[in-house]
This record gives sequence, C-alpha cells and structure tokens, in this order.
Amino acid sequence: MNRLVTGIVTAAVLLGLWQAYVSISGIEAFLLPGPVAVMVTLFERFDLIMHHLGITALEIVLGLLIGTLLGVTSAILIHTIPVARRIGLPLLVISQAIPVFALAPLLVLWLGYDLWSKVAMAVLIIFFPVTTAFLDGLRRTDPGMMDLASIMAATRSPLRRTISLLIHIRIPAALPALASGLRVATGVAPIGAVVGEWVGSSAGLGFLMLHANGRMQIDLLFAALFVLSLFSVLLWLSVDALLRRALPWQPDSFAK
Amino acid sequence: MGAMPGTSSDHSTTLAAGIGLHLQDLAVSYGARTILRDLSLDIPAGRTTCLLGPSGIGKSTLLRRVAGLVDGPGGIIADDGRPLGGRIALMGQGDGLLPWLSALDNVLLGARMRQERPDRDRAQAMLARVGLPDIGAARPATLSGGMRQRVALARTLMEDRPLVLMDEPFSAVDALTRLRLQDLAAEMLAGRTVLMVTHDPWEAIRISHVITVMTGDPATIRRTLNPAGDTPRAIDTDAARDLWRELMHALGQGT
Repeated sequence: MNRLVTGIVTAAVLLGLWQAYVSISGIEAFLLPGPVAVMVTLFERFDLIMHHLGITALEIVLGLLIGTLLGVTSAILIHTIPVARRIGLPLLVISQAIPVFALAPLLVLWLGYDLWSKVAMAVLIIFFPVTTAFLDGLRRTDPGMMDLASIMAATRSPLRRTISLLIHIRIPAALPALASGLRVATGVAPIGAVVGEWVGSSAGLGFLMLHANGRMQIDLLFAALFVLSLFSVLLWLSVDALLRRALPWQPDSFAK
Repeated sequence: MGAMPGTSSDHSTTLAAGIGLHLQDLAVSYGARTILRDLSLDIPAGRTTCLLGPSGIGKSTLLRRVAGLVDGPGGIIADDGRPLGGRIALMGQGDGLLPWLSALDNVLLGARMRQERPDRDRAQAMLARVGLPDIGAARPATLSGGMRQRVALARTLMEDRPLVLMDEPFSAVDALTRLRLQDLAAEMLAGRTVLMVTHDPWEAIRISHVITVMTGDPATIRRTLNPAGDTPRAIDTDAARDLWRELMHALGQGT
C-alpha cells in the first residue's frame, strides 16, 4: 500500500510539472501536448489504441514464447554436445553482434508486412539474453551435487546417466539463472516488436505512433506510447511474479 | 542410544554387509600437478577407516579416486573381486541437498536418478531413524545446518551400500551438533565399510576403528593406528588423549 502511494505521488508530481510547463510556456500542442490533452485523446481514441495494442501484445508474447523455447533448447544443446558448442557459441555471439535494427528491413522483406516479421524481431532480440543466462546456469552446477548424483546413477549407461544428471540436477539448478534471462528478455522484447512495426507494418502500436507522428497527431503518439509503456511494465511485473511463484526455493530479498 | 545398531530386524533399514578394499599404487594428477603417487592402502571390511591429514593434502582426491569420480593409474580391488560400481554411497562436504526438493524427495534422490519406483515409506522411516520424523515436506532452506546434515545422512542410509565414502561430512556444523552427528553416524553405519576423510584428529578418534595419517606432497601414508574399543569413542579419557598426542606427532612429522 505504501509503495502504491509512493508511486502515485511520484507520477502526479512529474505529470504536474509537465502540465505546468505546457501551460506556462504556451508551447504548440503539435510539438508537446500536456498530459491532460494526452489523456483526453487516450479516452477518445481508446478503441483504436486497444486494437493496435492487441496486435503488438500478440507479437511480444509470441516472440517471448518462441524465443524462450529456442534459447532454452540452444543452451542445453550447446552445453551438452561438444560439436554444438563449437558451432553454437560463435553463432550465439554473432546473433547479438549484428544489430537487429539493421536486420528489420530484411525480415520484413522475407516474412512479410504482417505479424511474423515482428515476432522474428522479438525472438532475435531475446534469444541472446535467454540463451546466455541459461547456459551460465547450466555451467555452474555445484560439483558436490554432481558427484553425489553421478555415484547414485553409477550403474546406468553413460548416456542415461548424462540424461538423468541433466534432468534431475543441472536443469533445475540452472532455473534461477534462466529466470534472470527471462526478466531481461521480457524487458527488451517490446523493443523488437515496435522496431519491426516502424520498419514496415500496417498495424500495431509502433505503426500507430509512426502514423500519428506523420500527421502531427502528437497527442495520439503520446497516448500510444503511454499505453505501450503501461503494457510493458504490467507484462514484466506479471512475468516476475510468475517466476517467483515457479521457483519458491530460490532466496529472494524482495519476498516478504 | 536406542536399538543395537546393525542387528535391527526392522525391514526398513536392511543392512548391506561391508566389503574390504585393497588400494594398489594409486596415482592422481591434475594437469602437471601430482596429487597422489604410489599410494597403497588396505581398508578392512565392515569397519570405519579415517583418512587424517592437513587440508589440501589430497585426502578428498583419494576419496574421489575410490569413488571413480577421477581417473588415474593403479587398482582398487574389492575383496570379493566384483566391481565397485553401484556399491558406493557418498556423503560429501556440506549437505549437498537439492534446494528445490523437499527433505523426503532428497532422501529419495537415488531412486530418482536410477528411474526406480520411489519407496516413500522407507524414506520416511529413514528420516525418523535420524530423528527427523516430521520434516519430510520441508525444503532444505527451512532446516538448520544440523538437520540438513541429518537429512544427508538419511539419504546416504537410503542408498544402503556396503561401502560409504564420507568427505568431512560434519565440518560445517557447530561443535555440539558435530558430536551428536558423529554418534548418530557411528551407530547407523556400524557393520558397513566406511572410508572417511577428516582434518580433525578428535573426529578420527571418536568414530574410527582404523586411523590412517597422510602427510607430504605428494601425499604418503605416514602411520596407521588401530585404536582399541568400540565407537563412538569417549574423548575425555587418558587413552583418547594419548591417541591424540600420537596423531599430532604423526601429522607434525610430515611438515
């Protein structure tokens, strides 16, 4: 409750300063609209903004799901199979070194104007944090646990032993590291989707902002930006809460 | 101290008879560094043998070599001639409990690793035997250090192996808890072959039938003592103090 009050007061002060500046300076509305004007536009154009939010949200969520699946699979392969490590590690670093913004036009060319080029952008942008975080976790398993479990599984074939160790020891022990990767991924996934929409699209909040900017509807741009930010924060908080519930054994200084 | 150890007819704690080991000319190197060289040692069946030596001398390495966790020249021969795989239980430094599993599921880890059907009743009985009948559902983080070590002991007993390897298993708990855990371990592991590593002469005196002192670099067996009497041994006797002086002397010779 206290945190909520602090948040509301902070937001109110910042918005008040913004409104005061707009009112006193008399700056043109097509350069910087005040928060009141933005809120009015948000309610007037609510259906339009929500329609575009739905599309962007779908891109972000699909990107997160697919990127997580790809990242988790890659990390396990890179960790477990020596050949995959030699090929995969350089590819992984390259995937991050190439600016996704430079790839966006190509992705639109290859995958089209609709949803999938933006999903691909989001996947590309989160693949690296998810894979490296999980890989780090898989590499750092406590040697004592591994010794103990190896001896328990001593009578099994080497392949079955490796699989048992991976499933029962390495992967669960690496889940907190994966959770860190997912928190980063959730924070940056919207960037991928919105940049994709800027480069080429016919729907989504990124498209709406670009469109509004071109028509000098800066109030609409701000309203879309506000909704995008709010959605991103809520998404991150939900993922954070979900991860905490999924790993109750993990020490957490934020927990009550 | 409860029921006579080793003779219990309780179905839940079947006793695996100990096996004797002959270690012949063992050697272990990490890269260019030789930890052990030409190390030979006989470990008697059904007894507790302590490897006593200063930290960093290679005691744990010897234990890992016997466990098959590191490779090297030399032979490890059981006196029944059969391979050791599947006949070893390990209790390492620290409790080694998996933080995401409940205490009961930690005791059942061996079955999980071998994809066997978990015998939950027997695991519960093991927890009761180490004095923790009510904490099956608790996660390790909610237990005290001494309780966690007892869960680790229950997990070791659950494996029911003739050879038990222990690597300073009680070094992380306070002195009083350590005494209690030593009593408990001596009682529970009676009749098995136990090879235990420690740097603490008092721990060796309390619970071992055979004390082997390791010193030097690469480590060699300095002395082997066979103190008289049953374990756990009282440490406030003249005999224990004489033994302690002898061990300290043997340890000092190496440096």
